[in-house]
Formats: sequence, structure tokens, C-alpha cells
Amino acid sequence: MYQLTDVSRVYKQKNRTVTALKDVTLTIPDGQMVAIQGPTGGGKSTLLQMLGALDRPTNGAIELDGTVLTKLGDAKLGSVRGSDIGIVFQGFNLIPTLTAQENVETALVPQKAPAAERAQRARAALESVGLGERAEHLPGELSGGQQQRVAIARALVKEPRVLLADEPTGNLDEETRDEIMELLEGLWRDRGLTLIIVTHDSAVARRAQRRLHIKQGHVREVA
Amino acid sequence: MFGRYLRRELGNRRRQTVIIAIGMALAVALVIVVNAVSAGVKDAQAQALASVYGVGTDITVTSTPQRPDGTTGQGGPQQFDFGAQDGSTSTDGETQEVNQSRLEVARGSGTLTAANLATVAKTDGVASATGVLSLTNSTFSGTLPTFTQGQDGTQGGFAGPGQSSDSGSTDSAPTGGADGAGGSSFGIESFTVLGVDPTADAVGPLSAVTLSDGVGLDKSDVGKDVAVLDSSYATTEDLAVGDTITLADTDFEIVGIVASTDSSSETAANVYIPLDVAQTLSGEEDALTSIYVSADSADDIDAVQTALEKKLENTTVSTQADLASTVSGSLSSAGSLVANLGTWLSILVLAAAFLIAILFTISGVTRRTREFGTLKAIGWSNRRIVGQVAGESLVQGLIGGAVGAVVGLAGVLIVNLVAPTLSASVGSTGGRMGGGTDAAAGAAPTAAASAAAGDGTGQAAGGFGGGGPGFGGGASTSSTTDIALHAPITLWIIAAAVGLALLGGLLAGAIGGWRASRLRPAEALRSVA
Ligand SMILES: Nc1ncnc2c1ncn2[C@@H]1O[C@H](COP(=O)(O)OP(=O)(O)OP(=O)(O)O)[C@@H](O)[C@H]1O
Ligand SMILES: [Mg+2]
Repeated sequence: MYQLTDVSRVYKQKNRTVTALKDVTLTIPDGQMVAIQGPTGGGKSTLLQMLGALDRPTNGAIELDGTVLTKLGDAKLGSVRGSDIGIVFQGFNLIPTLTAQENVETALVPQKAPAAERAQRARAALESVGLGERAEHLPGELSGGQQQRVAIARALVKEPRVLLADEPTGNLDEETRDEIMELLEGLWRDRGLTLIIVTHDSAVARRAQRRLHIKQGHVREVA
Repeated sequence: MFGRYLRRELGNRRRQTVIIAIGMALAVALVIVVNAVSAGVKDAQAQALASVYGVGTDITVTSTPQRPDGTTGQGGPQQFDFGAQDGSTSTDGETQEVNQSRLEVARGSGTLTAANLATVAKTDGVASATGVLSLTNSTFSGTLPTFTQGQDGTQGGFAGPGQSSDSGSTDSAPTGGADGAGGSSFGIESFTVLGVDPTADAVGPLSAVTLSDGVGLDKSDVGKDVAVLDSSYATTEDLAVGDTITLADTDFEIVGIVASTDSSSETAANVYIPLDVAQTLSGEEDALTSIYVSADSADDIDAVQTALEKKLENTTVSTQADLASTVSGSLSSAGSLVANLGTWLSILVLAAAFLIAILFTISGVTRRTREFGTLKAIGWSNRRIVGQVAGESLVQGLIGGAVGAVVGLAGVLIVNLVAPTLSASVGSTGGRMGGGTDAAAGAAPTAAASAAAGDGTGQAAGGFGGGGPGFGGGASTSSTTDIALHAPITLWIIAAAVGLALLGGLLAGAIGGWRASRLRPAEALRSVA
């Protein structure tokens, strides 16, 4: 469960400051599927970075399952990311020189899993996203949809409690978008994840239990 | 994961790996070759010195010569005096043949005494010491007119022009003599003679030679007219064991022939005779031209040098390191070439290789911003990412080092196969100190001068050297040696060179890793392809 209290994030540049998030107070219970929408520059990615422990708010507190993330040092924050949070990016962000299998295995490195266990779990994760056959391919040899499946396998292989996705279908065509959304929904339902998806796409957002709208750093619930 | 990721990175970014490795390889190869060659040149210098000073010699002591106008008397004109009985009158009754040889201290050298040697031997840190007397034997032979109209009717004097003649015969005997008025011809030949202590064999010029024929000088030779010849001199003069050689009108039996350990070089002198005999014949009782000293240990050399300088006045105390600077010829050119160009070139290439490695690593990290940000986003620690970057650079350095070591070894092998010959001229202490500017000109050990009267006095002046500084100093003591360059390879050089490549890799990796560690994980979300 996430608990955000008065979270603000101000970006300071040389001669201007941008308030990307303004006094956001929010509770996201375990197992919920949340869609975040809003105009470009509204603060969607900034909010996801706060939830993903990738960045710290300028003000306010963020709590994940009783752990106050805002009080943790960089190393601790890193290990929270390594064990509890899975992230899927719009640009897939796979390591181009590693095979699909190896890309998935990188997510198990922070947990210091033994090599054999790592390989076996990565293999299972790839199979669960329907890519068992492509394990030895490099990202460059896979289609966009396949690459995003690898990224999803990488996010899920560590069995996180939370899965965050920043426009996971933004780079995909409609047909592939539906495939990926079905995959994510299926995984969310089967594994009892908390799934938080940033999207421009209302068709995607409508599948969610709860919709948030962010504009100029202010969050409001969409009925 | 570390190893697999590293292999994949290096394998898939082959161009960067190859460029960094080539830079490192070049630097490593150059360092190895330059080091090996410079070690080879140093060996050659030591070899050149050993052929003159002997193997165990750490320090030499020579007298600091007085100015030519000083009181030691060695700078005076070289002069042959012939009495009426000195030649055989030829059949025509107008000329006489003369043949006279004389043994003198090498021109320009000062002398030390037996007391100096005793002082040296008693000095703390001195293991052994021996004295030598460096002499030049000059033989004058030729035909002169009979001097019936000379100054006193019985004696013709000859003095090299270019100095004030004290015999005055050339002025007052216009009918004959070297001024060409009477038709005479003569030649002068000289060779170097070293009086050595036959009882000393631990240190000294003969400690570095091998006996190629006969026997060496030993205790029983004290006081005897026996000589040992340098093998190349013996070959030139067609002399062998059992023959005789005339020094100062005294016949010496040749008992042995010696060659320098490295057969291509000459030894310190043309002829070696017992020290006491040399002293008697040259009229230099108790005199020595230099003292060879070996120290108890290499660490003592500087202290011994200081102590000797304090105890002995008017002397020059030189260590092997000082003497190395007296080596001239192509060897010393090679030495300074390697020392200057070689060293600077290796430093330059090394710096360039380091720079290339660092710049490529930094640009690699910048290119992989999203990759490292992503890894951080999924929980990789900074340490792991720094380790990954450093590991990649280190392996690139290692590849470069390995390739460079192979190329460098091949380079050294080529140098050793070609084995370029370097010539070294060693001005021994006497020649160096006394020879003045001409001594360095590298006059051959045997200087022969001949002039026919009638050619004019100018030529005679050249041959005799008159009062000039070149003749005695340079001619008597410089020794030219041809040494084939052998560049030694030591494990240490290879290890150091490969170590440098690793250091370069580590440096590049540290800088690249530092850059990577500063990336914020949020960058991964921000920079979209
Ligand atoms: N690192 C940063 N430095 C400065 N300003 C930033 C930084 N990151 C975000 N911003 C600013 O904060 C605001 C919110 O950015 P954010 O990326 O959260 O928007 P977004 O809703 O994700 O937009 P998009 O739909 O285009 O992805 C923007 O005005 C952006 O310019
Ligand atoms: Mg965004």
C-alpha cells in the first residue's frame, strides 16, 4: 500500500523553477489497478518516479507498506527497487548487447540469486509472457511488442508487489497495444499486483479500477 | 552476470575495444622495446668500460694534470736526441740510419705515487686497489744526414716545429735536418703500454680480458722484461708469443696474448708489462697514472668516492657512472637517442593511449546513459555499475597489454636479430683529463707519423704533434670498441609494461565508472529512444 502525504517535487533550473507535483496526498491500496492520465508536462512521469523510488520529493513523505521511502538513503532505495518494485518503460530500455534471457536475468542481480536459479526463473518469466522461444535473441532481433514483453518479464521476474508502467504501449501499434494490455491485466489479476499505468490512451485507462488525472502537478480522481 | 555482460559488451562494441586495445598495445610495445634497447645500450656501455677498466673496477683515481705551462714537466716538447753513436752510418757516408725508442708517461697525464695507492688501499670500504702506469712507446726510425756541420759537430737535434726549440739545431744547422735542407726521411710510431701489477688480479684492466695465447703476467714476472699483447695489436703488428717487442730500446719477450672478453673490442692498451719494469724504463720510479679500486659493495661506492676525494689532493676520483659519460661514438649517440627520443616517444604514446582509453570510456558511458539508468532503476547498486565499467576498461587494457607484450617482444627480437653494431670510444681517465680537445677526436691507438724532409716542416709538425695536446693524450689512451647491441628482455619490463596498460584501463574505468555512478536512475525514464 502506498501512502503519499503532501508530496511536492520542484525542479530548479538556472533561472526558473518548475513545480511538477504540488501537495499530492494519495493512498493506493494493495492490488489496485490505477491509470494515470493528463496533459503532457502535467507531472505523470514525475509521480511515477516518486512511486518507483527513483527520485525523492522536494517535500512530503512517501510510504510503501510501512517503509518511509523518503527517509531511506540511496543504497536502501536501490534495494527497495530491486526487490519490491517492477518498472516498465515506454522505450523498453533493454540492454542492447544482452539476449532476452540475459536482460531478464539482470533484474535478479540485486537479489544475488545463484546463476542456475536466475536462469531458470528468467526462463519461466519469458515463458509467462509468451517468449520462451526467443530467449536467446538480442533486443534488436525482436519486434517492438516482443521487446516490451521482455521488459515486462524483466519487471516481473523478481516477483514485485508493485508494477509501474510509464506509457508501456506508447511506442506500439494498436493491435500490439491490446496484446500488451491484456498481458498486463492478466498478470495483475493472477498475481495480485498493484499495477499503476501512466497512459495517454483512454481505451487503456478505461480498463483500470481507478483513474487519476494530473494537471500542473495537481492530482484529481476521475469518477 | 558480470562476466557475461562484460563479454557481450566487449564483443558487441568491438570497434571501441579494438581502438582502446590498439592504443594500449602500441604504448606497451614501445615501452618494452625502448626499455630493452636502453638496457642493451647500458650493457654495451658497461662492456665498453669493462674492456678498458676491468670488470670489478668501481672507482678509478687519476692525478689531475697540471696546466701545460705548469711544473710537472709532462707538457714539454717531445724531442728525440741522437748522439753520434746512435745510428749506423750509411755507405755513402752522408746519412745515418737511426732507430730509437722511448717510453714516456702519456702526454698530459699526471702521476700518482705508491704512497697514494697505499692510502687508497687503507680507505674504509675499499676491497682492493691496484695501480697502473700508462705509457706511450714512441719509436723513431729513419735516415738523417750526418751532422758534420752541426752546432758542435757531433750531435743533431730535432724538435718538432711549432714550439720554441731549445736545442737550436734547426736554426743553426742549415745543411741538414728536418727543415728539409739536407734530405732526410724518418717515421715515428707509437703504441700504448700499460705497466700493471702482476700480483694483482682482482681488479684492474686485465681482470676483464681472456687469455687467447700463452700465459698472463703473474708474481714471478716482477722485474722481468716480459710483455703481454692485445690480440688485435698483435695481429696488426704480426707478433706472436715467443717473439720480442722493443720498448725503450729494451727487448721484451712476448709471453701472452689477451683479448677482451667480448672479442670485438680492444683492451685498454696495446702492450702490458710488469709495473716495476715500466717504472724503471720510463724513469718514473714509484709513479702511477691511475689507481683502480673495487669497493666492498655497490652501496659503498659513493662513500668511498667521497673519502678518496678528501684524502687525495689533486686527483680525480671517478665512479663507473662518471666514466660512462666518457663513452663516445655511435654507442653514446644511440644511448642519448634512446634516452631522449625513445623515452619521450613512449611517454607521449602512453599518454595518448591513456587519453584515448579515457575519452572512449567516457563517451561509452554517455552513450549508455539510458542503459545504466535502467540498471539502476531495476536495483543495481552503484558499486556494481562502477565495477562493470571498470571491468570492461580493465579487460580492454589487458587485451592491449597482452597484444603489446607480444608485439614488443617481437620488436626486441628483431632488434636482437639485426644486432646493430655500435662503436664506442672510451677515453680512459688519462686521455680524458690530459688530452684536451683533441683527445676526444678518437685517434687510433697506434699513431704513426712519417714525414719526409723536403715536404716542408708543416707536415712534420702534424706528425709529431709538437707541443700540442692531441698526440700523447688522445692517442695513447682512447680505445675504440665495436659492440653488437643486444637488447635484453626481463620479465620485469614485460610485467611493468602490461601493468601500465592495466593502469590505463583502470584509470579509464575509474573515470568512466565515476561518471556512471553519478547518473540518476530517473534518467532512465526521461531519455526515451
Ligand atoms: N529533470 C527535470 N528537470 C527540469 N524539469 C523537469 C525535469 N523533469 C520534469 N520536468 C518538468 O516537470 C514537468 C512535469 O514533467 P513530467 O515528465 O512529469 O510530465 P509528463 O506528464 O510525464 O509529460 P509527458 O506526457 O510529456 O510525458 C514538466 O514541465 C517538465 O518540464
Ligand atoms: Mg511522461
